[in-house]
Amino acid sequence: MKASNEGRWANDVVSYVKRWSERLKAGVLDGKKQTRGANSAFSAIVKKELADYLTSWRMIILIALILLTCFGSLYTAMTTIRDALDSSDEAKEIAKGAYLFLKLFTVSDGTLPSFLTFVSFLGPLLGIALGFDAINSERNRGTLSRLMAQPIPRDYVINGKFAAALLLNAVLFFSLGLLVTALGILILGIPPTFEEFARIICFLLLCLVYIAFWLNLGILFSVIFRQAATSALSSMAVWLFFNLFYSMIVEVFAKPFLQSDAITSVEQAVGRQELVLGLMRLSPSYLFNESTTALLSPDVRTLGIVTVEQTAGAVAAPLPFSQSLLLIWPQATALIAATLICFAIAYWLFMRQEIRARG
Amino acid sequence: METAAIIELDNLCKTYGGHRAVDHLSLSIQKGEIFGLLGPNGAGKTTTILMMLGLTEPTSGVVRVCGIDPVRNPIEVKRKVGYLPDDVGFYPHMTGMENLLYTAALNGIPRAEAEKRAWELLEKVKLTDAAHKKTGTYSRGMRQRLGLADVLMKRPDVIILDEPTLGIDPEGVRELLRLIRDLSRHEGITVLLSSHQLHHVQQICDRVGLFVGGRLLAEGNIERLAQQLFLQDAYVIHVVASPLDDRLLVKIEAIPGVNKVERTETGLDVYCQTDVSAAISQTIIEAGSSLFHLSRRDFGLDEIYHRYFEGRDGREGE
Repeated sequence: MKASNEGRWANDVVSYVKRWSERLKAGVLDGKKQTRGANSAFSAIVKKELADYLTSWRMIILIALILLTCFGSLYTAMTTIRDALDSSDEAKEIAKGAYLFLKLFTVSDGTLPSFLTFVSFLGPLLGIALGFDAINSERNRGTLSRLMAQPIPRDYVINGKFAAALLLNAVLFFSLGLLVTALGILILGIPPTFEEFARIICFLLLCLVYIAFWLNLGILFSVIFRQAATSALSSMAVWLFFNLFYSMIVEVFAKPFLQSDAITSVEQAVGRQELVLGLMRLSPSYLFNESTTALLSPDVRTLGIVTVEQTAGAVAAPLPFSQSLLLIWPQATALIAATLICFAIAYWLFMRQEIRARG
Repeated sequence: METAAIIELDNLCKTYGGHRAVDHLSLSIQKGEIFGLLGPNGAGKTTTILMMLGLTEPTSGVVRVCGIDPVRNPIEVKRKVGYLPDDVGFYPHMTGMENLLYTAALNGIPRAEAEKRAWELLEKVKLTDAAHKKTGTYSRGMRQRLGLADVLMKRPDVIILDEPTLGIDPEGVRELLRLIRDLSRHEGITVLLSSHQLHHVQQICDRVGLFVGGRLLAEGNIERLAQQLFLQDAYVIHVVASPLDDRLLVKIEAIPGVNKVERTETGLDVYCQTDVSAAISQTIIEAGSSLFHLSRRDFGLDEIYHRYFEGRDGREGE
């Protein structure tokens, strides 16, 4: 059954690719010059935005901050791991089986938070910083109406900005992740297994999606608010709310709810527990934390509630990669959906907005 | 088909909420002419321009620019029409040249050609010295001139200038207007410019449309506009002569076509329907007085404008 499903899925992908390539070919034949002109206009926007980001002080400072903190946390993680490794030869053997490499991203000695904590903290900041003045700065500088008077579709502007910011993020995080991996190999002397490497790549992809969410939120606010400061503060407020206050609020609500005398059966207790968890999962930062934890710590066997009965027969072994991936699939889907919804609203609002000079 | 209008508006309306910004506007502009859209702030000039470019959808009515419907096909229209927005902005961290090249890239012009064209245009608007300075340091006049170069990068058939002379010093205005006229005369570009500064429009426009409250009240060249708006007192002739006694005044008033004679500090203002300068000079000389100065004072647009509203208020009051 499973095999046939997979076969069907593969067929779908093949036919989809075929359809697209045909469409592309038809497009090329239809108006070769026109598509090329449009493509070059789009790439011109992306190029310009990318250059803007790379030369702006805001980005240079943020990227420096991220690099500094990440390497700081990496250093503490490495010293902790190396100390543990040096203590005995047996430790090395155990380490190979225990996904030691992934610990680089999650372990800390208490002085500095781990790489994962830093990324989940600074990533949204980076996303917001890239997005919060995307549209309103163009409007305030009076360049939006000039841009709109050029023969380009209106959505090129917002798409181009999003693409440039995402590209920057992708380059930054993949190079950061791969650098960490390389340094890990050099210093620890243990190469990552293929599975560990795949987990790291998936983790980086997840980071990208998470940052894209905050980026899109920033873009959305930049479409809604005319003042860049308003949009920056609103984005930060949302970020603070989800990162700090949301879990507090849910906990305040959950305490009496979970310990209530009205609970009479196990099912009821589990149901209430699940409700609280569901509420928690409305926050994108909670989703991100859950899924990255599952990815980077294969020991995490479940993200839901487990009763003692269920764990009774389980072997305490790390999950294989595919099972970890399966575990976080809903979380990843929800994150991608949230990202897309944010972008869709921003896109829709932008397309309907009137373009006036400095209006 | 040579006389076909390049911009054609037919019963164009735009309503914002309950407010009607543009009210049944019909207008046609011929190829190669300079048309001035004249009206006070908030008359709906910018809204009309946005509708021509397809940046705003009309509530009803039809727009055709170069034979293309901007509602259906805004990109084609924007390929042929250059638009200089009111208070144009540039990316302040990029140089003037870089800003022009970016526009060229958005228009799909190859890099080498774009650079050549940008230099030509910068020369034309006299900005070659500032080509490699950041536009953040440009003065308003320079920005406006760079804006004109920016609009011309795509070699447009039509250029639409929204308040191009706003906030520039008189010398800058003269320079800009000269440039616009040259473009129209030598390159056959159709120009539509909107303004509330009547003197500027008057200097270069072939035709003017008076646009108030979303409606086109009158159109034509300045003289026609004057005739259209005031059936009487189309001309004012200023006379300086000596001696100027009441007898002479009566004689001048008796000339056919003269409506009114007013004594001013320096001489006389003769209001008349037709140009009767010759008859006036003859009368003065025959009366034995010496004529020092006689000039026809053309109505400036602001006078037309001002007097039209005065008159309209009166008419509406009736």
